[in-house]
Amino acid sequence: MKYIDSFRDTNAIRGLVSKIHSVAGKIGKEIVLMEVCGTHTMAIARAGLRQLLPENVKLISGPGCPVCVSPNSFIDKAIAISELKNTIVTTFGDMYRVPSGNGSLEKQHSRGARIEIVYSPFDAIEIARRKPENNVVFIGVGFETTAPVIASVIKYAKQEKIKNFLVLAGNKIIPPAMEILVSDVHHHLDGFICPGHVSVIIGSKPYEIFPEKYNIPCVISGFEACDILQSILYLLEMIAGMEKISVKIQYTRCVDPEGNIKAKKIMNEVFSVCDSEWRGIGLIKSSGLAIKDEYKQYDAEYMLDVSVNISHDRHGCICGDVLKGIKRPVDCIFFKKVCTPENPVGPCMVSSEGTCAAYYAYEK
Amino acid sequence: MLLIMPMKNETILISHGAGGKQTRKLIEQIILKYFSDKILLPLPDAATVNITGVEICFTTDSYVVNPVFFPGGDIGKLAICGTINDLAVSGAIPLFISCAMIIEEGFSFLMFEKILKSMSKIAKKTGVRIVTGDTKVVDRGKGDGIFITTTGIGLKFKNVQLGKQFIKKGDAVIIGGVPGMHELSIICARENIKFKTGLKSDCAPLHQMIEEIFGVSKKIRFMRDPTRGGVSAVLNEIVSGADFGIEIYEDKIPLTKQVRSLCEILGFDILNLASEGNVVIIADSKDANSIVRTMRKNPAGKNASVIGFVTDEFCGKVILKTKFGSSRFIEMPAAGQLPRIC
Repeated sequence: MKYIDSFRDTNAIRGLVSKIHSVAGKIGKEIVLMEVCGTHTMAIARAGLRQLLPENVKLISGPGCPVCVSPNSFIDKAIAISELKNTIVTTFGDMYRVPSGNGSLEKQHSRGARIEIVYSPFDAIEIARRKPENNVVFIGVGFETTAPVIASVIKYAKQEKIKNFLVLAGNKIIPPAMEILVSDVHHHLDGFICPGHVSVIIGSKPYEIFPEKYNIPCVISGFEACDILQSILYLLEMIAGMEKISVKIQYTRCVDPEGNIKAKKIMNEVFSVCDSEWRGIGLIKSSGLAIKDEYKQYDAEYMLDVSVNISHDRHGCICGDVLKGIKRPVDCIFFKKVCTPENPVGPCMVSSEGTCAAYYAYEK
Repeated sequence: MLLIMPMKNETILISHGAGGKQTRKLIEQIILKYFSDKILLPLPDAATVNITGVEICFTTDSYVVNPVFFPGGDIGKLAICGTINDLAVSGAIPLFISCAMIIEEGFSFLMFEKILKSMSKIAKKTGVRIVTGDTKVVDRGKGDGIFITTTGIGLKFKNVQLGKQFIKKGDAVIIGGVPGMHELSIICARENIKFKTGLKSDCAPLHQMIEEIFGVSKKIRFMRDPTRGGVSAVLNEIVSGADFGIEIYEDKIPLTKQVRSLCEILGFDILNLASEGNVVIIADSKDANSIVRTMRKNPAGKNASVIGFVTDEFCGKVILKTKFGSSRFIEMPAAGQLPRIC
């Protein structure tokens, strides 16, 4: 475990914190940095990194939790599918307890629906093989990180002629959502801590628009305390004019500027880019992934006849604004009072990558 | 206006059985509405009852673990050890156990006997006697192989008084070993995870080690075995409503490479995971070293460590100090990380 320990080394952390204080002191004014990955949000809260930063450096969370940005309509569809006869819904654990106005998959399970938590969509394929009399529907959520494996499994199902496997496609693409945030004049941002896992797949190029068009620096960061602090330092150095505003890769041990070419290829083979609805932000052009016509027989939305009652967010829930980084969880009247992890009002409280869950669990 | 969801149309969810906040809510808001005996109300692991001047501890627990056989144990060993441990952490010598079994039609005789053999073996080894029981068989599809309920009685140690009310500021928080071994081994034994870790459940009887601890310290304030909900649940139960808090140190928590790696990969918080052969002890800090030394002589306590202290800061809260000087809250887990682990 030397690998992890060296990225959590106390002396290295102290050194980075001291440099951050020094550069932030030179900048003087308030700096707002946004992390666009739920795993970063959790890591920052778990390690208590906010307490180590200078007062003028603010970290805010963006739309980086894939479960949280899935709109009510998507969860409603998953719930409606779980009510179909001879149907097993398979899902990543994160999605299991996410509420919409119509309930949650967890509640569907308690009412007798067949819901299974899987760690990989390939486990869903195995269930489909073992239970040929059922339709096995995988709830496909995630950003570019999970998209390649979901694409692989769809391709594999076709190759193996598995006919009782379907995917409810809800994958999203991160950079268009980031651009919506920076193009909003009311939204002040000085830099992006870019998602590590997403960037393993897409590389660094899709972020180049931010320094070039908006003069906003980006650093692709790893997930350990040292990674995140070093990324913050890189951003501050660019903001202070000590380095050129650009896209930097801090997470060099995993991220290549070109990304994972093989993964991108399979994504493009199975999915086409489509407009997609994001909770709190609305419809974003070219920000989602739909299953291509050649693979339509695996598209749950196309193949299954379900009637969906679309529900709405509970009045007063500010998950949408939290996802945009406009408000913090503590600004919500429900936070910690009515909305808790065991009784979540909005998705940001239930997902293990949700901003409200991170604040609830760890922030003092 | 803030409205709390009415419970009228709500149904019981798997998370109500996970040992965290949801379980607590189920007990406090529903069960205690009807069962309100003053012995029950503090919700101890075992009730202490006085029968004609003799103090007896009395406990019961149901076991629904899936899979029934897992690295380091099986449902039978778990049922006996769990009941022994509930008595031991309540300050009693475990004596007699009852065993009720609900078996699903179609369950293999071979597996059934293997489970009984395992129960018999651990009972003999520990000296507890299985003295009564019951068997029921339910239709196929209406059970999950086998469910076991064990009830135990034990004789309370003389001059041992345990309870939250005895905890004082400055007391040490001691843990018996690496947390979470049981839950992680169950997760690995499930068919959908394909890690080969060699990890084993820590499932073990603790009464002998606990008896030895009572021999070296008269200032043990509180003990509990961190089963469902893990160390986080135990520590939060201790501070709940109290005029003190608990501060623990990240770098003092005993860990193994396997446990750390698995938690990193799966994204689990080690402190939320269940143990079945581990104990959390609150004791006078002056006695902490001799308690730890005594525990380390026992296989179940070989990694025993002081992990923190009772403080007068952040009353009602559990705080974790990270290695690099920041701190964060440890909350009561809301729900289980995976359903039905013990």
